[in-house]
Amino acid sequence: MSRSTVTRRHFLQTSALGAAAAAGVLHAPAVLRAQGSAVKIGVLHPVSGALSYSGQQGRIGAQMAIDEINAAGGIKSLKGAKIEAVLGDAQSTPDGGNAEVEKMNAAGVAAVVGGYASAICLSASQTAARYDLPYVVDVGVVDSIVTRGLKNTFRFGPGFGIIAKTALDNLVTINEAAGKAAKTVMIVHEDSAFGSGLAKLLNAQLPERGFQVLETIPHPTPTRDFNNVVLKIKAQNPDIVIPANYYNEYVLLARTMQQQRVQPKGIYSVLGGAASSYKFVKEFPEAAQYIMDCNHWFDPKNQKALELKKKIEAKGDFYTYEVYMNYSCVLLLSDALERAASADRAKIIAALESSTFAGHVMPYGPTKFVNGQNQGAAPVNTQVLNKDIEVIFPAAFASAKAVFPMPKA
Amino acid sequence: MLSPVILFPAVLNGLMTGAVYALVALGLTLIYGVLHIINFAHGALLTAAMFAAFFAHKLLGLDPYVAAVLLTPLFFVLGYGLQRFVIGPAAHGEDRNILLVTLGLAVVIENALLYAFRADTRTINLPYAFNVVEIGPAFLAVPRVVAFVVVIFVALALWLILRLTDTGKAIRAVAKEKLGAELSGIDVAHIYAVTFGLGTACLAIAACLLISTYYVNPQAGNAFVLIAFTIVVLGGMGSVAGALIGGLFVGVVESLSGLWLGESLGQIGIFVMFILVLLFRPSGLFGERA
Repeated sequence: MSRSTVTRRHFLQTSALGAAAAAGVLHAPAVLRAQGSAVKIGVLHPVSGALSYSGQQGRIGAQMAIDEINAAGGIKSLKGAKIEAVLGDAQSTPDGGNAEVEKMNAAGVAAVVGGYASAICLSASQTAARYDLPYVVDVGVVDSIVTRGLKNTFRFGPGFGIIAKTALDNLVTINEAAGKAAKTVMIVHEDSAFGSGLAKLLNAQLPERGFQVLETIPHPTPTRDFNNVVLKIKAQNPDIVIPANYYNEYVLLARTMQQQRVQPKGIYSVLGGAASSYKFVKEFPEAAQYIMDCNHWFDPKNQKALELKKKIEAKGDFYTYEVYMNYSCVLLLSDALERAASADRAKIIAALESSTFAGHVMPYGPTKFVNGQNQGAAPVNTQVLNKDIEVIFPAAFASAKAVFPMPKA
Repeated sequence: MLSPVILFPAVLNGLMTGAVYALVALGLTLIYGVLHIINFAHGALLTAAMFAAFFAHKLLGLDPYVAAVLLTPLFFVLGYGLQRFVIGPAAHGEDRNILLVTLGLAVVIENALLYAFRADTRTINLPYAFNVVEIGPAFLAVPRVVAFVVVIFVALALWLILRLTDTGKAIRAVAKEKLGAELSGIDVAHIYAVTFGLGTACLAIAACLLISTYYVNPQAGNAFVLIAFTIVVLGGMGSVAGALIGGLFVGVVESLSGLWLGESLGQIGIFVMFILVLLFRPSGLFGERA
């Protein structure tokens, strides 16, 4: 080395150079292919980057379904053709998702499942549309995913329009049962398509239902520290706190609230990243106690759902919503392949359009796609009670009664 | 607009968070000051240290503060070995090579962690993590207060090492004038490795302080490193005092701008300060020369 003095310019130049290189190099793509001639399906998840935990869980669910289908003899109308997963890593960015869809298309997949985050689903499904490639959204809740008129895009789960409506209906019911204990609300949401869109919807609808929104606090993903957010909550002292964010931030927020002794009458999340997660409940039972959530959930009365839960837990993994939603989406797609009796993309799209698939593990009504959205899809309300997650709404699936307001510790 | 009841705790929170930033930046500034390289593996090494602290607790039942006593020398040796046997020889004396080698190391470490431990977010739950110290209207979590105190001591210790010991003097000599130091009989390769080791040891301490309130996954360290880069430039490159004061300052600025502009926009505060310092005091707050 020839330099003996430290200059700012040198530092900045090298850091800029390195940062550019890092952006290009750090996240090597991960496309894995199995051997043999089979129907290829693109399985797209953000398995690296900020959303990697959810991405990994989604992949586990999809892989589980594929393994089961193959073990049961593959796609029968295609002479028992096995399903071959072409795994893709969206790297937690829309660009990453696009790049993977391009690669999957080049690899000759018949359809793509996944995306997880709304922002990734939006762009990846659009890229897939260019190749008339069927795209089954696993989670992505932003409503514009299915309102853009893309023929190739199908969403099996609910969008946040229906989720917000269900969440608010149930909140009103719970509040009325408690003698209208709650009047004021604060919303804490992550600032990408999912959290911001949801916050906007809640801001419009909460006042109509007699709640006053004291403040709406956005935060980025990842956020290192929630002390300031919690200080604001403490100062405003709302009756209900509504968090809408991803797992890590949700946990940090709940832990910080416990630390700062902030106890509203209720924590009522709408698509809270951890609020109905067995992992969170197991690791932080005190912070999680009494938290309510309106979220994706499996059908607790469905035998297949419970068997899957056992299988996943036997592997040492957590049975999170990413798992059973991806599991159901792959089954939905395999049913379409079975009926299309072809790996032709147009035929698969037609089969999805006319799907009445019932072999999934979700608490949904009859499957019927209108403009790509499954009309039967619906969220449920859960509450953490005594270190377990109980369904409190709808009544047909409920395993416990809501506890509101939270008893003071 | 904001009452002191919020403002006061927000400033204290900023100081607590800033202390950890400062410790990460200390390692970085030390390595830059002496080796004149940006250590791009810094974030990955921090993540590795956080995993080490996590597993020390999970498998051996060690409290993170006890683990720090073991992990600090361990990571010193690791850092020493990395520089002496990997980065140094692979770089062939070229600055740009070193940069790429550390970048490569970052890729290897991160992906090895991802492969070994998957993307799971891991946290540890300590009985005292939810205890708080009350200072007026502020509730400060015990682990954050401990972190603050430890960082002040580590910075002081590092400063004393650099000022008073022979090794410290040799480090400063190499930083100022490498050729001259070599001519006076200082083993430059050894000093480089010692410096890298010290920088890595700082990360081990930071990781043990962080793990009780934060989480670890294979990307966890990266959230701190961009901030640390900023602090290094802000405080003056290679300056221990600069990193400490810069870290605390950035913590407070982040906290207050987060309060006023919201957490999403709040990050802007840090970079506005950064640009202002570059404009009006280009050598950084404690930099000796530009």
